[in-house]
Amino acid sequence: MSAAELDALQLSLFVAFRSVLFGLPLAIVVAWLLARRHVAGRIFLDTFVHLPLVLPPVLVGYLLLLLLGTRGPIGGWLYRSFGVQLIFTSTGAALATAVMTFPLMVRAIRLSLEGVDPGLEDAARTLGAGAWDRFCTITLPLMSPGILAGVVTAFAAGLGEFGAVITFVSNIPGETRTLPLALYTALQTPGGDVLAARLAMISLSLGIAGLIAAELIARRMRGLLGRQSR
Amino acid sequence: MKIHATHRRGTFTLEVAIDVPRPGVVALFGRSGCGKTTLANIVAGLLRPDTADIEVDGVTLENTRARQHVPAERRRVGYVFQDARLFPHFSVLGNLRYGERRAPASDRRITLDQVVELLGLQSLLQRRSRELSGGERQRVALGRALLSQPRLLLLDEPLASLDAARRDEVLPYLERLRDELVIPIIYVSHQFDEVLRLATHAVLMDRGRVVTQGAVEQVSLHPQLRAIVGTEAVGSVLSGSIIAADPHSGLASVQVGKGTLNVTLRDARPGAAVRVQVLARDVILAIVAPQGISVRNILPGHIVAIAEDDADAYLVHVDIGGNVVLARVTRAALHALALRIDMPIFVLVKAVSIRGHAFLAPRSRE
Repeated sequence: MSAAELDALQLSLFVAFRSVLFGLPLAIVVAWLLARRHVAGRIFLDTFVHLPLVLPPVLVGYLLLLLLGTRGPIGGWLYRSFGVQLIFTSTGAALATAVMTFPLMVRAIRLSLEGVDPGLEDAARTLGAGAWDRFCTITLPLMSPGILAGVVTAFAAGLGEFGAVITFVSNIPGETRTLPLALYTALQTPGGDVLAARLAMISLSLGIAGLIAAELIARRMRGLLGRQSR
Repeated sequence: MKIHATHRRGTFTLEVAIDVPRPGVVALFGRSGCGKTTLANIVAGLLRPDTADIEVDGVTLENTRARQHVPAERRRVGYVFQDARLFPHFSVLGNLRYGERRAPASDRRITLDQVVELLGLQSLLQRRSRELSGGERQRVALGRALLSQPRLLLLDEPLASLDAARRDEVLPYLERLRDELVIPIIYVSHQFDEVLRLATHAVLMDRGRVVTQGAVEQVSLHPQLRAIVGTEAVGSVLSGSIIAADPHSGLASVQVGKGTLNVTLRDARPGAAVRVQVLARDVILAIVAPQGISVRNILPGHIVAIAEDDADAYLVHVDIGGNVVLARVTRAALHALALRIDMPIFVLVKAVSIRGHAFLAPRSRE
């Protein structure tokens, strides 16, 4: 692998990893709100969370740019107060990826949470477990296959995020040029076909390896959780 | 134990007042949909009632007027659900330990060893709940609830999801529980034979209200019981003690009030307290004591009440010396014998048709 390829691969993994790290805690909270709390405005929360699925990624990137750019209301404040800059950085790339993959994660986690029998939580309650205790010892372990599925899906999708990333943080080698961006750049460069093909192979192998790993882990989890593996 | 509660949901209204001076096993008995489980959830704290005054063992769990509410996780009400609800991601041991670990250390009276021995769980400890039979699951759920050191044990139809063989497997454990541990138990059931076998106090419920409550013997005579247990199962419950047992014939003599009943009873020990049920349809009435007849029980008594049972038959209440036996007789028989109140009469019951349940005297709680 050439240095550029390695760079792009490492960066993609790093960006996807951090996007999952950012998104996961919030995704669990949102999934829990959607599945268990019948709060007013749930439909708005649901809609808002799912927006990135239906909007053009470029538009999401643009909105992030408006909000989080150094002249945007949030980004400006971050820049002035903490000197934090998101645009043109890999952190910004991770954030854009997190926003794009967030609905995938929420969906998977919500589905698994809806599969957890609230009766088990009631049982834990009568056995003396408070709310946080119940969540950690009963709910969370029982929904872990869904969390894992969400993490793997979000990670895999994050590796391939293009539109929002390039719009929000541009295409800077070694900083924001992830695999898909590198692939795109290679295709735009005269004589870049060989590099493009190699990058395509890397992406493909990564995707297949990820899916197989996810299935193996999911099987093992189901066994641990006392369900029949299918 | 005091359970007063009202709760409205849609068109269903629950309104109960249950007072049991000395709780042993209190049976909440009634058809499905009568509000038993709702009431159980209110007692456990899983459901907030509109109004309630609930006191167990001198501790107020809920008093809406005084705005007192102990959350479910601090009530220490051991709840055994109809569907066991074992945690699938823990082993049997992990399930048993779950409640034990969360009970205050100062209150750990029931030990793991004790529970394992009492419920016969030794060989199951390392298993997962999916590897257990229905009966085993309920035993583990019982053990788990016991180890949470409850001040009250709430059993919501623990046998309802089991077939007859599994029920017979679990019932003896419930009897041991009742006899060996000093914990008040609320037993929710729609099976009268379970109530008969386990309960000391019965609360008959219908459509969210208490129809009658009291000793099982008293409740067994209540006219509305028939609508719930069916005509075939109507019968009086009598308590007595075994005065003689003949292991060869399998017959035991039971002193019931001033009368003596002969009952087929295995493992009968003289002196043991026993409760028997005499079904109304199995009782024959005679004006004169018959002779040369296989019936082992011919008891003199007098008629105390005659009630219309349905279009075909009457229920005749006969006092046999302090206890009442019900006899279901046809309208024709009633007229042929000219039965009337205060009339002396003989009650005939076959020994084999009396269901006997060995029963230790309920322990008093000091």
